[in-house]
Amino acid sequence: MAEFTLPANSKVGKGTTYKAPAGATRIKEFEVYRWNPDDGKNPVMDTYEVDLDKCGPMVLDAIVKIKNEIDASLTFRRSCREGICGSCAMNIDGANTLACLKPIDEVKGTVKINPLPHMPVVKDLVPDLSQPYAQLRSIEPWLQADTPPPPDAERLQSKEERAEIDGLWECILCFCCSTSCPSYWWNGDRYLGPAVLLQAYRWIADSRDEATGKRLDALEDPFKLYRCHTIMNCTQSCPKGLNPAKAIGKIKQLMLERQG
Amino acid sequence: MKDVREALMVGRNSEGKLVRRPLSPHLQAYNMVRISSGLSIMHRITGVALGAGTLLFTAWLVCAAAGDGAFSVIQAIYASPIGLLILFGFTLALFFHFCNGIRHLGWDAGKGFDLPVMHRTGQLVIAATIVLTLAFWVIAFLVG
Repeated sequence: MAEFTLPANSKVGKGTTYKAPAGATRIKEFEVYRWNPDDGKNPVMDTYEVDLDKCGPMVLDAIVKIKNEIDASLTFRRSCREGICGSCAMNIDGANTLACLKPIDEVKGTVKINPLPHMPVVKDLVPDLSQPYAQLRSIEPWLQADTPPPPDAERLQSKEERAEIDGLWECILCFCCSTSCPSYWWNGDRYLGPAVLLQAYRWIADSRDEATGKRLDALEDPFKLYRCHTIMNCTQSCPKGLNPAKAIGKIKQLMLERQG
Repeated sequence: MKDVREALMVGRNSEGKLVRRPLSPHLQAYNMVRISSGLSIMHRITGVALGAGTLLFTAWLVCAAAGDGAFSVIQAIYASPIGLLILFGFTLALFFHFCNGIRHLGWDAGKGFDLPVMHRTGQLVIAATIVLTLAFWVIAFLVG
């Protein structure tokens, strides 16, 4: 059910402000969501002043600098710092994206950083992604075929068949899209969300996969697929420039076509 | 039905004790005033408003059927400044829902998903809503 306000234990308070050291030349404020499972308190927004003249260009550079030099307790996921691992997905300046791909200069004024929206918080900027992972598992994201592959070769595709899965295989499962979707916020217990549906279509569109009928059967459900109302937040937030809304639209079309 | 996500709202602290986790901010943190989610919310709101507005139209028909007395009363109410404002809002909602509905038909047909197109059709819907509503009222006043 749609619950527009946050539960009492999730309301965000004002936190501490950490001033920039004397002699800082280009100060930018970063407001970061903090929650610690050990202190029994509500989440707060801490403010950090960072000298941009001594900081890399991306938001991830800034929070790494904060962790190294100002507050070592700040907790977030990061790994590749080049937009391929999907770890540093978070809500920056009111939209979900990867911190490593978001230039600080694109944000006017204070940079507000929150965890991915409407998720249980493990600590600070780390959300619990168990639900979308379990949903990804449910769509069986692997190649399924009864026909055995040729004895001495791979299963081949024509160039056209291969092109069908362009814009789908590039997904890095950062879940920026799913957690940007109001439908997923309100119905994420049963609605699969854009990231998982894009993966479902990735296997439906694969010419080597022979389980298309079974896959469509599994999605024929008022919640799993049809809670998508083409809000388009998913496509707008995808840091890889993919189009989950389009993939979902294609699944809906296939559902119609097979009804004849 | 209980929300299965409820199970994930419980975690452990450093000592292994169970703690209730917060839900991360959603509407509080997300910028919803954009073509994508903004127009979607407007589509919902205008849909509900049209439902309520249709009752007003039904009331007008019922009064017309009930006779001269009732009809002149409801005509007077709808012609009052507040009545006209409500009718104006109703036509605004109607034209918006109509135009954005066509946009949804396009999506259902598999067209218009690319971001630049999505933005352009969204702006077109806003412009068409304003033009159609104003044109409707200009014609309404000219005809009398």
